[in-house]
Amino acid sequence: MQDQILTWITFIPMLGMLAIVLAPKNNTALIKGITFVATGLPFLLATWMYFSLFDKASAELQFVQNVMWIESINATYFVGVDGLSLCLVWLTTLLLLVAVPASFGINKAQKSYYALLLLLEVGILGVFVSQDYFLFYVFWEIMLLPMYFLIGIWGGPRREYAAIKFFLYTLAGSVLMLIAVVALRLDSGTFSLPELTRLAGEGNLLGKNLPFGGDLLGMRFTTWVFWFLFVGFAIKIPVFPFHTWLPDAHVQAPTPISVILAGILLKLGGYGLMRACFTLVPDAFNEFAYVLGVLGVISIIYGAFVALGQTDFKRMVAYSSVSHMGYVLLGMAALTEWGMSGAALQMFNHGTSSAVLFLIVGVIYDRAHHRDLNGFGGLSQVMPVYWGLTTIGFFAALGLPGMAGFVSEAMTLLGAYQSDIEGFKLLVVLSVIGIVITAAFLLWAMQRVFLGKLNEKYANYGDMNLREVACQAPFLFLCIALGIFPFYLLNWMEPSIKKLVQTLGG
Amino acid sequence: MIASLSFDPAVDYWLLLAVPGIPFVGYLLQIALRKRLPFGDKLLTLGMFGVMCITVYLAFKAIAAGHHGEAFVQHSVKDGIYFEWLYSGAAALGVDNIVAGIYYDGLGAAMLAVVGIVSFCVHLFSQGYMHGDRRYNIFFANISLFTFAMLGLVLSDNVLFLFIFWELMGLMSYMLIGHFAHDPSNPFFFKWATWASKKAFLTTRVGDVCLFVGVMMFYREFGTLQYTELWEAARVTVANNGGEFPAWMTVAGLFVFGGTVGKSAQFPLHIWLPDAMAGPTPVSAMIHAATMVAAGVFLLGRMYPLMSPEALHVITFIGATTAIFAATIGMTAYDLKAVLAWSTISQLGFMVAAVGLGGVVAGMFHMVTHAFFKACLFLSAGSVIHGCHHEQDMRLMGGLRKKMPITFVCMTICTLAIAGAPFFAGFYSKDAIILAGWANILDLKTFSGWGIYALVSLAIAAAFTAFYMFRLIFMTFFGEYRGNLEKHMYSDALAAEAAAGIERPGGHHDDDHGDAHAEHGHDAPHAEHAHAAHGHDAHAHEPHESPWPMTVALCILAFLGMFGGHFWLLDLPGAVAFWHGAHTWFESIVSLDSLYGPAVGAWAADGISEGILDHSSHIGHAAHVRAVILSLFVATSGIVGAWYLYVKRRDLPAVITKKLDFGYYVVKNRYFIDEAATLLVIAPSVKLGVFLKWVDEKIVDGLVLGIGRANRFLGFFSAWFDRIFVDGAVNAVGLVSQGLGSAFRLLQTGRIQQYAAFAVGGGLLTAAWLILA
Repeated sequence: MQDQILTWITFIPMLGMLAIVLAPKNNTALIKGITFVATGLPFLLATWMYFSLFDKASAELQFVQNVMWIESINATYFVGVDGLSLCLVWLTTLLLLVAVPASFGINKAQKSYYALLLLLEVGILGVFVSQDYFLFYVFWEIMLLPMYFLIGIWGGPRREYAAIKFFLYTLAGSVLMLIAVVALRLDSGTFSLPELTRLAGEGNLLGKNLPFGGDLLGMRFTTWVFWFLFVGFAIKIPVFPFHTWLPDAHVQAPTPISVILAGILLKLGGYGLMRACFTLVPDAFNEFAYVLGVLGVISIIYGAFVALGQTDFKRMVAYSSVSHMGYVLLGMAALTEWGMSGAALQMFNHGTSSAVLFLIVGVIYDRAHHRDLNGFGGLSQVMPVYWGLTTIGFFAALGLPGMAGFVSEAMTLLGAYQSDIEGFKLLVVLSVIGIVITAAFLLWAMQRVFLGKLNEKYANYGDMNLREVACQAPFLFLCIALGIFPFYLLNWMEPSIKKLVQTLGG
Repeated sequence: MIASLSFDPAVDYWLLLAVPGIPFVGYLLQIALRKRLPFGDKLLTLGMFGVMCITVYLAFKAIAAGHHGEAFVQHSVKDGIYFEWLYSGAAALGVDNIVAGIYYDGLGAAMLAVVGIVSFCVHLFSQGYMHGDRRYNIFFANISLFTFAMLGLVLSDNVLFLFIFWELMGLMSYMLIGHFAHDPSNPFFFKWATWASKKAFLTTRVGDVCLFVGVMMFYREFGTLQYTELWEAARVTVANNGGEFPAWMTVAGLFVFGGTVGKSAQFPLHIWLPDAMAGPTPVSAMIHAATMVAAGVFLLGRMYPLMSPEALHVITFIGATTAIFAATIGMTAYDLKAVLAWSTISQLGFMVAAVGLGGVVAGMFHMVTHAFFKACLFLSAGSVIHGCHHEQDMRLMGGLRKKMPITFVCMTICTLAIAGAPFFAGFYSKDAIILAGWANILDLKTFSGWGIYALVSLAIAAAFTAFYMFRLIFMTFFGEYRGNLEKHMYSDALAAEAAAGIERPGGHHDDDHGDAHAEHGHDAPHAEHAHAAHGHDAHAHEPHESPWPMTVALCILAFLGMFGGHFWLLDLPGAVAFWHGAHTWFESIVSLDSLYGPAVGAWAADGISEGILDHSSHIGHAAHVRAVILSLFVATSGIVGAWYLYVKRRDLPAVITKKLDFGYYVVKNRYFIDEAATLLVIAPSVKLGVFLKWVDEKIVDGLVLGIGRANRFLGFFSAWFDRIFVDGAVNAVGLVSQGLGSAFRLLQTGRIQQYAAFAVGGGLLTAAWLILA
């Protein structure tokens, strides 16, 4: 059992999905129950792994299973986790578990909905545990499909547009990724990520075995691979200027899907860069680190300003994600241990805080059926619990010290400022503009929604119910707990981060 | 007895931990249980009483050590008590782990005691003042957490933890200034609190990120965040650089100072502080005296050795400018609390300028004495406002000395203190600052134009301070009570303001005033009184003395405002030594050596005029005599001026303001800095946001859509090409048109189940094979 635990975690949701397919269509209680079990079990297993089975002092892959899968192309079923992926696996299982009660408001085609939700979980978990690039790619694509349907069927008025946009945009990234993967495979003869990393570290992954022998159209092989992979993952993060699918997808997606999208799908981009991009082409990464830093800072500042200009609550939150994920790129590009750790922490912490923000939007949208920031007012008088939890959520998002977001942002900035890359210090100093603007748009939103004169239309609104509170509670708890005890996360990630930075030559 | 007053690490560190711990637990209890917590307010006040006792007891240990000439520096990390915050165990990160400990030295001891005492008084006072407030429980919870943050800040041994508590205070000021933003029963405060709280948070946050950038810069070069290590690293760096500060240190130092500018309301980020009055008056007392604004000055005290001479010049300039410019505004304000708010900004300018001039001890001393008398002044103002039924305009007060005798006495004592009357607390500290100014320009080593500018500005500001504070006293407590009068000397001006549509906080008119109280018991009504008063129209606006919790709090603080500069009874030799160079209780526990340790202290002293350090030196003596004469002169002239204009010739102020015309108009409108900030910073930011939103939707996304459309066109084109030229092959149609249609066809024909079944089946088979294999 323990040896195959990753396989169990990844495929239990698929078992659940099968059960749902077999279940009668009208028995929604049974369907929800199955979904609970099928998301709850992976969560319990992941928690067990996190606190007990996993050796956090080691930087090596653990719980490895490596079986030949498709012999003709040398693709293996190779799964395993290190500290970094384990943290994200745990976050995934938690988010999906919470997404189930958060979905209780959905009444349309519930059977398909929960089945697709479980398939989505398989895809996401699969990406985090894969150590074989082919497997990684397969899971990457598996994830895309349910997301497309979840937005396209259960979304808002412009769901079809948003779903298509999401699908095509991400697919474009995947295609670039696939080209790079195939090229790497042809050059090295393997799909194994640790093997590719080793070869790259030895300087043996330069495209010498390819027909064109290294250079193509005046650019080095590694440069090509780097940019193909980077754009593929950057779309997912999303990094300016590849971010425009995000607000549309978020605004149209139902609340639980937005939560998953912001909470975990965006992290796949950052994770992919760390695990399956930079390490394979370290020289190109070092060459373009400054450019990545610039893109990160643009995302931070630009995302914050665009969020400031929004009148739609959910779009504002969506752009805050662009801004916050900019720190991930900035921290990684700095190539210092603190920067990298900060980036990894920021991925996790943004997962919790953005989940809270989208749940917050969901609460008011369920009642008012609109998201116009200027259409509310004075809600703190009728919904004090909602106001209180929103306050915690907003201050977590704006990086208040004592909350998790501060730890990761501070580590990212402190780490990035230590970078020896020329001009990087100025970038970091500029990026703090984003901190002020983030506070500005969140507090402004707070004022427009909760303070001021009570809009009479909403005077009879009920406060948050227990289900809604329960959905937010675990994330709010993590936002605060990891702000005070960040080492509960950091200690797990740190050996693999250290190894990663060394591999990249930092 | 004094021998037993030595610091015992085994016990006293735990006492120090309890100091922030008590209000924190109080906060948690109160916020979790709300109204279900029995006697919540009394419980929290009792907790604060405990905190006050501990802090004062421990401060006496510091004073006792100072008395014996011993160094008093307790650093808990050295004694093995610390919190591993960003700590990663055996496999350490490439840079130092961040370990938080307690740093308790003379300055920390004094500051901690001040925070303890003032917070207790504010808690006590609030029981009377906030009585009947809708969100009474939450208010108590919030001021407890506010206190917690400040106590934690003072005890931090590294600048990152200082920053954490610093920001927590920002949050609490947001919550407390916005206290009335959730209670619509007083429309004026309801509206004001909403934006004032946001303004306070965002303005100070600008300073906060500057501080963070400064910290970042020091961290990169020095690799540590702990004060002691930072000081030592700065000393070594400068020594290695041939005794000159490297340029980056000036930049980093100025960024750190940016934090002070924000938090301590220095020009140009002072704009949040006057609006912080939108919160209840006890909150103002907290913000203006013990927490928030003191934090910025405290930070300067901790970071002083890192400041290069160039940075200190800027600090001097900003401080002196703030001192004088805020004082001019203070002279024109009619709102009781506004006068005090501007005086706080001005006094903070004194402290900042003192640090810039090298008188870091004087600056810290002024912070301590100022905390006592400013807390007392604000609480007295609260008492007056409470007594006058939420009237804040001094033009509608007057003659209150007979109706509110305790408040009058306390407020007058503290006004004497802030004005710098001899033997009151403020005299010693302000004198020390003026002395620093004189010494700075008398010594060729430190002489510069900045020093002259500072000395002149500070002296004038001190005269202004005495003037507007006594103007406040005379307008409020002397003359006849104008609240009930139809016609009095200010009625024309008030009528003009009312005609101009200027809203006033109190809700002076009979109707809305009484109703608001009867309905909601809003904003600290002395509930019984308000209700009773409503019944007897004739006495509706008769001011009255406040209940005992409020007056007791006032008396404690007034006592300290009187004796806090120089505990004569405890330190008699010091009193005698007064004319031979001040030797106060504060200076006995805080000196450059005790602040920064002997090595760094001696090095830091290099850049400071010897007159500041050694009062018996030639320069020290000369500066001291001049400082005392100047202090006395400016205080007297200010007081006499106020007496002449507001008691003797009460017709003159109107004439003078008319003469000053445009100048008065500018000052009265706070030099239009708020308007400038709105015009130059806030509005462009929002405009930029809206513009970038447009860019994002039309250009960035437009590009994407353009590519999509081009693809679709290509798709159609190739389809057409296929149909016409290639026999009937249609599978190369563009993704956009095809994907949409086919996906939904799939769904609508129910083939999604089929699809899912295939996917699941395949996956399951694979999984089964893998697990079994």
